[in-house]
Amino acid sequence: MISTLLVANRGEIARRVIRAARAQGVRTVAIYSEPDADAPHVAEADRAVALRGSTSAETYLDAPQVLAAARATGADAVHPGYGFLSENAAFARACTAAGLTWVGPDPASIEAMGVKHTAKALAREAGVPTLPDALLDTDDPADWARAGEHVGFPLLVKASAGGGGSGMREVRAADELPDAVRSARAEAARSFGDDTVFLERLLDAPRHVEIQVLGDAHGHVVHLGERECSIQRRHQKVVEEAPSPVVSPELRERMGATAVALAEKLGYVGAGTVEFLVEDAEFLASDASDAASLAPAAFYFLEMNTRLQVEHPVTEEVYGVDLVALQLGIAEGAPLPFAQADVVPRGHAIEVRLYAEDPAAGDRPSPGTLHRYRHNSSGYDDTLRWEDALGTHGEVSAFYDPMIAKVIAHAPTRTAAARTLAAGLAQAEIHGPATNRDLLVAVLRDPDFLAGETRTDFLDHHDALRTPEPATPRVVHLAAAVACTSAARRQHDPLRDLAPPGWRLLRGAPRPAITWAGPDGEVTPDLDGVELRDVTPHGARVTHAGVEYRCRVAHHDGTAFVDDGEGHSAWREVPRLPAPDAAAGGAGPVSEVPGTVVEVLVQEGEHVVAGQKLVVLEAMKMEHPALAAADGVVETVHVAVGQYVEAHATLVTLGAAE
Amino acid sequence: MTLQEITPSAVLGSRLDPSSPEYAADRAAMLDALAGVDEVAATVLAAGGAKYVDRHHARGRLTARERVDLLLDPDAAFLEIGALAGAHEPDLTTPGAGLVVGIGAVSGVECMVVANEPTVKGGSITPIGVTKQLRALEIAERNRLPVVALVESGGADLPRQADLFVPGGRTFREMTRLSAAGIPTIAVVFGSSTAGGAYMPGMSEYTVFVRGQATVYLGGPPLVKMAINEDVDDETLGGAEMHARESGLADHLAADERDALRIGRRIVADLGWRKAGPGPSLPADPPLRPAEELLACAASDAKRSVEVRDVLARVLDGSRFDEHKPLYGTTLVCGWGSIGGFPVGVLANNGILFSEESQKGAQFVQLANARSIPLLFVQNITGFMVGSAYERGGIIKDGAKLINAVSNSEVPHLTLMVGASYGAGNYGMSGRAYDPRFVFTWPNHRIAVMGGTQLAGVMSMVQRRSAERAGRSYDEDTDRATRKAIEDGVEAQSNAVYASGRMWDDGVIDPRDTRTVLGLALSAVHSAPITGATRFAPFRM
Repeated sequence: MISTLLVANRGEIARRVIRAARAQGVRTVAIYSEPDADAPHVAEADRAVALRGSTSAETYLDAPQVLAAARATGADAVHPGYGFLSENAAFARACTAAGLTWVGPDPASIEAMGVKHTAKALAREAGVPTLPDALLDTDDPADWARAGEHVGFPLLVKASAGGGGSGMREVRAADELPDAVRSARAEAARSFGDDTVFLERLLDAPRHVEIQVLGDAHGHVVHLGERECSIQRRHQKVVEEAPSPVVSPELRERMGATAVALAEKLGYVGAGTVEFLVEDAEFLASDASDAASLAPAAFYFLEMNTRLQVEHPVTEEVYGVDLVALQLGIAEGAPLPFAQADVVPRGHAIEVRLYAEDPAAGDRPSPGTLHRYRHNSSGYDDTLRWEDALGTHGEVSAFYDPMIAKVIAHAPTRTAAARTLAAGLAQAEIHGPATNRDLLVAVLRDPDFLAGETRTDFLDHHDALRTPEPATPRVVHLAAAVACTSAARRQHDPLRDLAPPGWRLLRGAPRPAITWAGPDGEVTPDLDGVELRDVTPHGARVTHAGVEYRCRVAHHDGTAFVDDGEGHSAWREVPRLPAPDAAAGGAGPVSEVPGTVVEVLVQEGEHVVAGQKLVVLEAMKMEHPALAAADGVVETVHVAVGQYVEAHATLVTLGAAE
Repeated sequence: MTLQEITPSAVLGSRLDPSSPEYAADRAAMLDALAGVDEVAATVLAAGGAKYVDRHHARGRLTARERVDLLLDPDAAFLEIGALAGAHEPDLTTPGAGLVVGIGAVSGVECMVVANEPTVKGGSITPIGVTKQLRALEIAERNRLPVVALVESGGADLPRQADLFVPGGRTFREMTRLSAAGIPTIAVVFGSSTAGGAYMPGMSEYTVFVRGQATVYLGGPPLVKMAINEDVDDETLGGAEMHARESGLADHLAADERDALRIGRRIVADLGWRKAGPGPSLPADPPLRPAEELLACAASDAKRSVEVRDVLARVLDGSRFDEHKPLYGTTLVCGWGSIGGFPVGVLANNGILFSEESQKGAQFVQLANARSIPLLFVQNITGFMVGSAYERGGIIKDGAKLINAVSNSEVPHLTLMVGASYGAGNYGMSGRAYDPRFVFTWPNHRIAVMGGTQLAGVMSMVQRRSAERAGRSYDEDTDRATRKAIEDGVEAQSNAVYASGRMWDDGVIDPRDTRTVLGLALSAVHSAPITGATRFAPFRM
C-alpha cells in the first residue's frame, strides 16, 4: 500500500498527480527547483523538498537528488509524471532498489520501447503493422540506395536513438538520399552520441492516432480506445481529442486489439500508449471526398510511450475513469477494476495545450509573469476542465516547457465540445505573456477542423489561424485602455470630478497626443465614433458601430490588459519622455582636475560599459579615475600616458553603443 | 462619538425654460460670442503660424504648447492664464503675448508654468508679455505654486523696449522673492536666454539646459566683440555644456528637449511638495442641472433681467446652495455652497446694488473671513443705485462698507463676470483692482465705467449744457455723430476679448466650463494656507 507518494515532476502534471493521490488519502511530496519555489504544485503537496539548481538537468532530471528527497520525506512511492525521468529505466530501477514503489511499467518494458528501431521490431513480432524500414549499417551509398528502393519513396531518414525532430530528414526521391543520410548521421551523432540511422516510409499528411492501454500485475491488459493528436507544431501536439473523428468502432476494435497484443507481449504493467500513423481513405481511394464517408484503412506503429501521456484527460472524460488513480492501484498490485467489455466511450472530448508562446512569431516562447489568470469552468452545459500549471502571479520560466494549462471540454458531440472549449478559452483572462490562445480558438472554430479534416500538416495549411482577426474591433479595446488608464491614474486626483482628462481652458486646444503600443504596433488614439459609459479604472462599457462591448481592464506594470469575454488585447503607453541613450553624442569623460595621465585603459573602437575605468590621472598625489558614464564605443582617445591635461579637458570621446 | 444628523442643504431649482424663445435666443447669442472668442483662440493656438512652426519642428524643436503638454502629467488639466493677452492690439502680431502661462499638475504638483513661444517673434518679450509674466508670478506667489519656466526668448522686443524695459525688470525680482518665500522656481532653458533674460535661469533655484540649444549670456558674441574685442562663438560663450561644466549656472545638462522636460518633472517630483490649504472637504458631486444650459444663462437683450441662481444651479456641487438673508437685499444673492468639494461663499448680482445689498454683502464677506472660506463673486452689475432718495439714504456710506469689507478681506476671492461689470459695482464685487486671486469672464461680458449708450448720453448732456451756458447753439447732427462714435468706441473697448487682451482678467471661458475653471482655481488657491482677515477698516455707520 502506498502511503506517501513523491511526485517527481512539476507543473500541471504534478498538480494532477497530487490531486489524485490526495483523493485517496495518500500523502504527497513535491520537489522543486529554485525557479519553482513559489509554484502551485509545491504549495499543494503535503511536504516539499527543494532541489539545488535551476535547469531541468540540475533538478528534475537529477536522479540522486530526487531519491534523496524521497528518503528525507519517508516517501514509499514515486510517480514520475510525463517527461523528465518518466521513461528512464535506470531511474525506475534505482527507485525499486531503494525500496520505493515505482508508479510505472517495468524497467524492461521502458527499455524495450525506448529505442525506436528495436521497438519496431518487437511490434512487428507482436503482429502490429509497421511501415517498411531498413537499418543502414554500411557506409556504402549503393547499399543505402537498395535500402531506399526496399522502403519506397517518400521516406524519412531517422536517428535510431533519440526522438523529436532531431536527426530526421525527409527524402522524396532517390537522388536526395545520400546527402540526407550523411547530414542525419552527423546530427544524430551530435544530439545522441550515436549516428545509427534507419530509413522508414514516409506517409504524406497522415493522422496521428494513439491507443491508451492499461495492464495490471495480474496479466490483464485492456485498451481505452484512441486519441487523435494530429494537430501539431514542430512535432509537438497542441490539439488532442477522443474519439478520433475518423476511427470507426470496427477500426477501434482492430487497433485496440493490436495495441493490447503488443502490451501483452511486453508483459506491460501500468498505463501506456501505442502510437500509430493512420492513412485516411482519401489517400487510398480517390473517390472518397466527403469527410463523413472517410474510412481509414491502414494504420502503422509509430512508437510506444511507457508512461502517462499529456493528453490522457480526453480518455478520462470519454471513458469516465481516473487514469492516475488507476496507475496508483496498479502499482499497489490491485487488479484492473474493469474488463474490456465494461468500457464504452461516451461523447467527445477535446484537449488543447495553452502555451506561453507567440504563434505569430514562430511559436517563440514568451516567459514572464502571469499577472492575472482567471477562467471559468461553470456555467456551461458541457464539462470544461482546466489543468493549470500556473495561477495568477505565476512565472512562466525560461527553464522549462512554457505550458500554462491544458484545457479539456467533454460534450455529447465533437462540435459541442469544440464550441464550449473555444468559448472557455476566449473568455479566460490571461494577462502577461503572449499565448497561443487565439490560435487554439481559431483552430476549434475552423470549418476544416469541425469537418474532421485533421492531419499532421493541418497547421501548415492553415497558417492564417496563427494571426486571426481580432474578435473585437481594436478601437474598442484601445478606447477602454485609454479611458481606464486615465481613470486609474486619476483615482486619487482631487480634480478628477472637475475636469475631463487633458482638459484645456483655451477652446480648440488639442488634447495632448499619447502614443500607445498595442497588438498591431504603435497608434495614436483616434476615438471618434466610440462612446464610453461607466468608466472606472477596472472597466468600461464601450459602444462602437451600434454594438456595446463590456470591457474589463486590468493594469499590471504599466500595461492595460483588456478583456471583453470574447476578445482580449494589451496596451501600453509609449513613454513620452524617454531617458536618452546617455552615450549618444556624449563627449565622454573630462578631467575633473588638472593632472598627469598615468594610465589609458581603453583603445579606440573598444566597447565599454557604464562605470568602466577609461583613463587615470594623477594630481595632488592622488589618482583620479575617469569613468564611462554609459555603455558605448570609444571613438577617440585624446590623451596619452605622461601627458599633462588641464581641468575639464575631454579625455575620451564615446559614441553610442550599437 | 455619536452619529450626527446631517441636515441636507437647500437645492436650487431652475427658472430656465429650454423650450422658450428667450432660451433659444440667449443660447444663440452666447454661441455667437463664443465663436468670436474661438477666432482669436485659433490665432493663439497657431502660435507663430504654420511656416514658423514647421521650421521650428524641422530643427527638432517643440513649440511652447508642446513643451507644456509634455511637462504636465498625462491627463492633467491646464488652467491657462491670459491666453488672449495682446488680443486688444489691432493686428495681433504676438498672439498670446508670445507666452503660454497656466496652472497644471507636474508630477502630481500643481505648478505655475510659464513658457516662451519661440515661434512668435523668437519668443521676445512684449509690453503685454511683461504684464502676463508678472501676472503669472503674482498668481504663483499668492497661491504658493511652484514655478516652472520653459525658457527660449530672444529678450526684449527691441522696437517696443521703451514700454517694457523698466517694468520688465520686476520679473527677476519676483522670481527671487518667490524663492525667498519658499516657493520653488525651476528654469528649463531650451534656447537663447540672453542679457536680462539670462537672469531667468540666474534667479531660479533649479536649472536644466538643453545641450546644443541653450545659450545663456549677458552679452552675445557681437556685443562682446564691440566691448572687449574678443572673438567667441555662441556655444563657448554661453552654451549648455559650458554652463554645466564650468560656470555652474546649469544644474542639469539635458541631451534634448524631452530629456530636459523629463529632468524638470523629476525635479518637481523631488520637491516633496505639499499643498498648505485645507483641501476639499465636501462632496464633489456634479450639479443637478446640465452645464450645457449655462449657454442660456445670460440675457441676449440687455434690458431683460436674468436669474443668477440659474448660473449657480449649474456650477455648485449638487446644485446645493444655503442662502444667507434670502429675504433681505434681494438683488445681491449671498450663500454657501461648494465647487469640487471646496467650500465657497458666493456673492452674486441679481440686479443693481442698493443700501441693503451693500450691507448684506459687507456682513457676508466678514462672515466668510471669520470662517476662512474663499469667496466667489459672480458679477452681473450695472452699478449702485443712483437718485436723490438713495443718496439721502446713504448709498455711498453703504457702498463704502462693502468696498471696505471686500478690500480688507483676506480669504481668496474668485471673480466670475457673466454679463455687465459697470461702475463702482465692479469695485464692490471684487473687480480686478481688488486683487481677487482669479478673474474669469464669459464671452458676453462687458466692462466699463458705464454702458456705451449711457456714457455717450452723459457726454452729450454735459456738452449741451456747456453750449447753453456759453450761449452757443448745439448742432443735433454733430451730437448724433459724436454719440455714435463714443458709443462704438466704448463698445469696442469693453468687450470680453478686448478686456482679456489687456489682461483685465485671466481669461474668457466657455460658460459650460465654469465649474471646471472655478474648481481648478479653487484647487490652486488651496495650495496656500487659507486664513480670513481679523481686522477691517472702521465701517462708516
